[in-house]
Amino acid sequence: MASAVAVRGKEEAGRRERRRIGAKGNFAAAMAVRDVDVDVAAIYPITPQVQIAEKITEYVANGELDAEVVPVEGEHSAMSVVVAAAATGARVFTATSSQGLEYMHEMLYIASGLRQPVVMALATRALSAPINIWNDYSDAFGMRDTGWIMIFSENVQEVYDNIIQAYRIAEHPDVLLPVVVTLDGYILSHTVEPLEPLGREEALRFAPKHPRGYRPVLDPDKPMTFGPVGVPAWYHEIKYQQVRAMRESRRVIEETGKLFGKLYGRSYGFIEEYRMDDAEVAMVSLGATASLVKAAVDRLRREGVKAGMVKIRVLRPFPVDELVKALENVEAVGTLNRAISYGGAFEDPLFMEVAASLASRGILKPMASFIHGMGGRDIFVREVMEMYKKLMEHAKAGRSARRTYFWGVKGHNPDDDQKD
Amino acid sequence: MTESTEPQGVERYLGKKYPRTWDEVPIAGIVPWPGNTEELPKHSWRTIRPVIDQEKCIRCRMCWVYCPDSAIVEVDKEYTNKKGRTFKVSYEVNYDHCKGCGICAFECPVNAIQMVPEER
Repeated sequence: MASAVAVRGKEEAGRRERRRIGAKGNFAAAMAVRDVDVDVAAIYPITPQVQIAEKITEYVANGELDAEVVPVEGEHSAMSVVVAAAATGARVFTATSSQGLEYMHEMLYIASGLRQPVVMALATRALSAPINIWNDYSDAFGMRDTGWIMIFSENVQEVYDNIIQAYRIAEHPDVLLPVVVTLDGYILSHTVEPLEPLGREEALRFAPKHPRGYRPVLDPDKPMTFGPVGVPAWYHEIKYQQVRAMRESRRVIEETGKLFGKLYGRSYGFIEEYRMDDAEVAMVSLGATASLVKAAVDRLRREGVKAGMVKIRVLRPFPVDELVKALENVEAVGTLNRAISYGGAFEDPLFMEVAASLASRGILKPMASFIHGMGGRDIFVREVMEMYKKLMEHAKAGRSARRTYFWGVKGHNPDDDQKD
Repeated sequence: MTESTEPQGVERYLGKKYPRTWDEVPIAGIVPWPGNTEELPKHSWRTIRPVIDQEKCIRCRMCWVYCPDSAIVEVDKEYTNKKGRTFKVSYEVNYDHCKGCGICAFECPVNAIQMVPEER
């Protein structure tokens, strides 16, 4: 595998043909940020995202990226800085993880409420306590109601591609919403995988910078008040505008993913169906966990089980109709997630979305939700196969699971979750 | 590469100055018209209003000093009271700014200001 440094040297020599390099998810994110020519980056380093911050400052120090890097004292400030910078018309970026995301949580609503096209990379990581630096989706699911468009990446290539697309989506005049792109902590952030970067010229052609005045910006020559008090008489209307922008973004996300496929051969949609054509049981998953489920599907197919998988790429706006279309013909639907909604109707927040999607379209079929892999616990392919088998039992019995199955807990039989 | 939607300029986000529906509100509640507070009512929550008795008033200016909203105005209006004393200025209340806090009435040394309930 060619080293990233050597390849970058060739890139600088002006060669533009498509090339494959090896890169970690963190470096892929930083390269995407460099290639879309970000103006302001404010990042507070936190494991496992640190290398994104390191690489961007390196690019700026090398002169490869002409950006203002603000060394902030915490994530609350990081988000405050990029929201303010975006309000002046700049193209901005930040990245965080876990506790950092929680620390900036308040500012997440400010970014979406002020309709600033902030783009953020989130290296997903478990939440304290107990402190844990490994991967699960607790942080990402914690921000699902903050008004951000949320795109999950399955591999390093998707991290790069999603960030390039995120700028085109966020800054689109019909959207103007912040976008978060996730990369599974360590599983993607620190794993070297093949990557085909577009390069700066191509990335800027795909996600061009709009002229500064195309959206309202802070300008001394044309003063405006950003963030005034939203009195009860108008707050409701302003929130509804946000709802409409999120609905409108569906069209833009779809167009952007299709265009990306047309130009570079990698098409992106709201969901990805894997061996769903004749599938009898389907599992819904997201992020890098989806790769694991795909491996389980392949093994089950060899055993003669008609298994399929649906990967959720865009969690917000949730792809209700696409998902229903994919799942309407299977016998049973399961979800596999690495996040917990304690005390929820189901402990798996993803399951609640999937169940609501199907039920609201009048489709009732046996369903079951599975939670495994919290705090970086490895999920094995054979375990996912066991989940599929549990799902088939539900299909045969014609009954949904009453509660979420917790898989892989030491000394715990998942069947006990169904008992009162 | 073609943009699916050409940016139509910033105007599309700025809404109407006095909106009636959700889509007429400027995006994110931005206020793109600086200084427009001048045009809006600033006293709608007032429940009692100060009324100055020019006869009792000794023109000490205490109400003017203490008013937190600069709602007491000094006007060049000559006034002669029943004792025959003539003042070159008078004090009046700008009811557009007055919130009805009653500080002027409290501070007045001669009780020349009465707080009268608003009746609408």
